[in-house]
Amino acid sequence: MSNATLEHGAVEHGMPGAYEAPLFGAYSKKVGMWLFLASDSLTFGALLFAFSYNRIYTAWPTPFHAASIANATIMTACLLSSSLTMVMAVFAAQRGDRAWTRNWLLATMVFGTAFIVLHGMEWTKLIGEGLTIPGFPKPASAAAGELADVSKNVPQFPATFFGLTAMHMLHVTIGVIYLGVVAFRKWFLPVLGVLWIAGYFLIPSDNVFHYGVHALGLGLLVAAIILFLKPKDYDAHDVEVAGLYWHFVDLVWMFIFPLVYLMSTRIS
Amino acid sequence: MATPASVHAHAPQGFIRKYIFSLDHKVIGIQYFFLALTAVFVGMFLSLLMRIHLIWPTASLPLVGTIQPETYLSLLTMHGTIMVFFVLTTAPQGGFGNYFLPIQIGAPDMAFPVLNMLSFWTTFVGFVVIICAFFVTGGAPLHGWTGYAPLSALPSAGPGEQLGADLWITSIAIFCIASLLGALNFLTTTLDMRAKGMTMMRMPLTCWSWFITAILGLLAFGVLLSAGILLLMDRNLGTSFYVPLVVVNGQVMGHKGGSPLLWQHLFWFFGHPEVYIAILPGMGVTSQILSTFSRKPIFGYRAMVYAMLSIGFFGFMVWGHHMFMSGMSPYSAFAFSILTMCIGVPSAIKTFNWLGTMYKGRIRFSTPMLYAIGFVSLFVSGGLSGPFLAQPVLDIQLHDTYFVVGHFHLIMGVAAIFGIFAATYYWFPKMFGRMMNETWGKLHFFLTLAGTYAIFMPMHYLGMAGQTRRYSQFTEVAYQTKLLPLQTFMTYAAFITIAAQLIFVINLFWSMFKGPKASDNPWESTTLEWTTSTPPPHDNFGGVTPVVHHGPYEYGVPGAAKDYVMQTDPATSTAH
Ligand code: HEM
Ligand SMILES: [Cu+2]
Repeated sequence: MSNATLEHGAVEHGMPGAYEAPLFGAYSKKVGMWLFLASDSLTFGALLFAFSYNRIYTAWPTPFHAASIANATIMTACLLSSSLTMVMAVFAAQRGDRAWTRNWLLATMVFGTAFIVLHGMEWTKLIGEGLTIPGFPKPASAAAGELADVSKNVPQFPATFFGLTAMHMLHVTIGVIYLGVVAFRKWFLPVLGVLWIAGYFLIPSDNVFHYGVHALGLGLLVAAIILFLKPKDYDAHDVEVAGLYWHFVDLVWMFIFPLVYLMSTRIS
Repeated sequence: MATPASVHAHAPQGFIRKYIFSLDHKVIGIQYFFLALTAVFVGMFLSLLMRIHLIWPTASLPLVGTIQPETYLSLLTMHGTIMVFFVLTTAPQGGFGNYFLPIQIGAPDMAFPVLNMLSFWTTFVGFVVIICAFFVTGGAPLHGWTGYAPLSALPSAGPGEQLGADLWITSIAIFCIASLLGALNFLTTTLDMRAKGMTMMRMPLTCWSWFITAILGLLAFGVLLSAGILLLMDRNLGTSFYVPLVVVNGQVMGHKGGSPLLWQHLFWFFGHPEVYIAILPGMGVTSQILSTFSRKPIFGYRAMVYAMLSIGFFGFMVWGHHMFMSGMSPYSAFAFSILTMCIGVPSAIKTFNWLGTMYKGRIRFSTPMLYAIGFVSLFVSGGLSGPFLAQPVLDIQLHDTYFVVGHFHLIMGVAAIFGIFAATYYWFPKMFGRMMNETWGKLHFFLTLAGTYAIFMPMHYLGMAGQTRRYSQFTEVAYQTKLLPLQTFMTYAAFITIAAQLIFVINLFWSMFKGPKASDNPWESTTLEWTTSTPPPHDNFGGVTPVVHHGPYEYGVPGAAKDYVMQTDPATSTAH
């Protein structure tokens, strides 16, 4: 059986035809991704539980101002747009239009990267204003101010803020790498390598992303292993499954944004 | 692609692709099995040291020297963690599940063979990491397998709480990821790759148990992963998720405002499903074996399935019964208590169905059958203490005593191990092509059964008498010394039981190379793994996909030529 039959046939087993119909009618990869997302939602669920638990038992501060909200709104817009371009990529892949699949995937990655960069700048600004946790490298300016007081009096606030958003940022990063691997196969590895090394040297060492950028190194390693084991080209199913992941990461942000930003904002 | 034909058309060549980085679920299953075997011996050795320390605290042992009180805590932490994660979660699901789930549903492999290989190697890395904890400065952590904060969150809280505790958490996190990958593979395989005619309600109960275990694993390990990440943050980034304002050795720690209860909630939300992850595959294999060796259909197949499903469902709603003594509101304690008692109902259904299966059967007392009966015995005697513990009022007295240790060792520890033994004796012929020695098997069974009861039954009395768990020395405390004879008895029982395990290991390896050759279906079982050759070919059925016509347990069928009907037999349309 050739790969062509696999791409078009609905059944994706070693020996088609001889099986019971899949219980949920989807092909295995899609079922696998749905299951992964089910478990990942519990992972986020646990973090959100930790957040709510602290929020309920603590006099929760509301230190965010318009600037943060404006920034987070732009980030949200980036993610929403990226979901749209992702949908376009899936459509293109289903038409068999490889050029546009790649273009739309690239657009999705650009929006995702924009989200990460904006988020990183936001983090850096907040840390500079004093919203930190003890383990972060702190610039001198972080010593005083309203956010510094919050960090001192309610350490749960920065801890949950950074914990939740870091986990989400990690998921977006993995998503961008995932899409890059789907769209560009092994050509994406050198790009990732350059971003990693450049990031490490360009980001000053008193910035947390000087260390955080190593996530890219880890991503490089995992991507290389996966490409080594599965060097074959992607197909429409791969794009659709990657899309599921991407939309899920979007969806999670739609919980985080109101919870950690909007509900922690002072309306004066 | 799930499993392109090319993968299965010809078996991989070369030692490395064939035995080390193999994609074949059978090889991976055996890898998991041997990983668990290694782990169980490490864990057993640690328990031996603990038992020795409890009655001769000052004895100087060869190799290890004199065990210090804090070393006792390291031993018990590592014993519990290794046993729960790398034995009870690894062998029944990763080992036997990997090997037999695809064959029993008639598939050539798992849905995602590459992912399957990655799950195993991730688990392996997790094991290496946790073993490293022994050898770093300060040694292994002290906080028990439950890792309660703030002890687990403060590197200054004790010698083992330094790097060792970080390695412990990292290992658990790695294990979580491996189990998640494994679970989604099991689920997809079961949903998508059943041979024609293998409807869900014709699956052997083993497959059902692996399926439900995988659901529990998929949902529970995700939560533990988050809990572990937050714990690592507390330890290394100075956050205060789990740590309130605390003073250690007169020094105020930099934490404030956190809640140790948050850890307990997150941990037990995982922890209670985890105990079912350990026991459900044992239930599955027990059902399979009891039916086969009683030569009777399993009593109440559907009831068995629904009982397992409801155990899985309720399993997520009872975690609070581990926290009655944490100061939770009496109202929620009441709710958790009621929900916990509810689980007793499906558990009892299963037990009665097992007894009903054996009732009036033509029982063949082979070693697998003995172990399956032993499983039922331990499940009952360990389970009966559960409803006592589930009463908040009684738990005030019993919590954190040896009573709890007795409860969970009988029901989770030893019962699940009996499930593993039953599975090993039952499937060994299929896996290695030879029979295990029955005489030594039976001797092993009786010694282990008597030995484990001798070790864990007295624990209930110790607990009721108020002896606390996790204490390293009882010899110096006047009122406790009265209980010392019982502790001494348990230690001697442990010596004998542990020695008896050598019989198993020798039997295992000897039979692997020297045992008599096994036929394709030595136990006259009906499920698909017994229709293929022994050991099964690379794609399980030699290029054909079986077609299933019968339910899994058609034994003693009236009018059939033999006393059983294979699932693939075309003829006789027995009602099912
Ligand atoms: C009717 C069934 C059961 C009931 C009502 C029950 C109830 C309980 C309760 C209330 C506790 C907490 C005791 C305490 O810490 O004070 C407990 C502990 C425990 N149970 Fe069960 N249980 C049942 C079945 C099981 C099963 C089937 C398993 C495992 C296969 C199991 C494994 C455990 C473990 C491991 C612990 C102790 C955890 C620890 O603190 O280290 N239980 N049980
Ligand atoms: Cu429990």
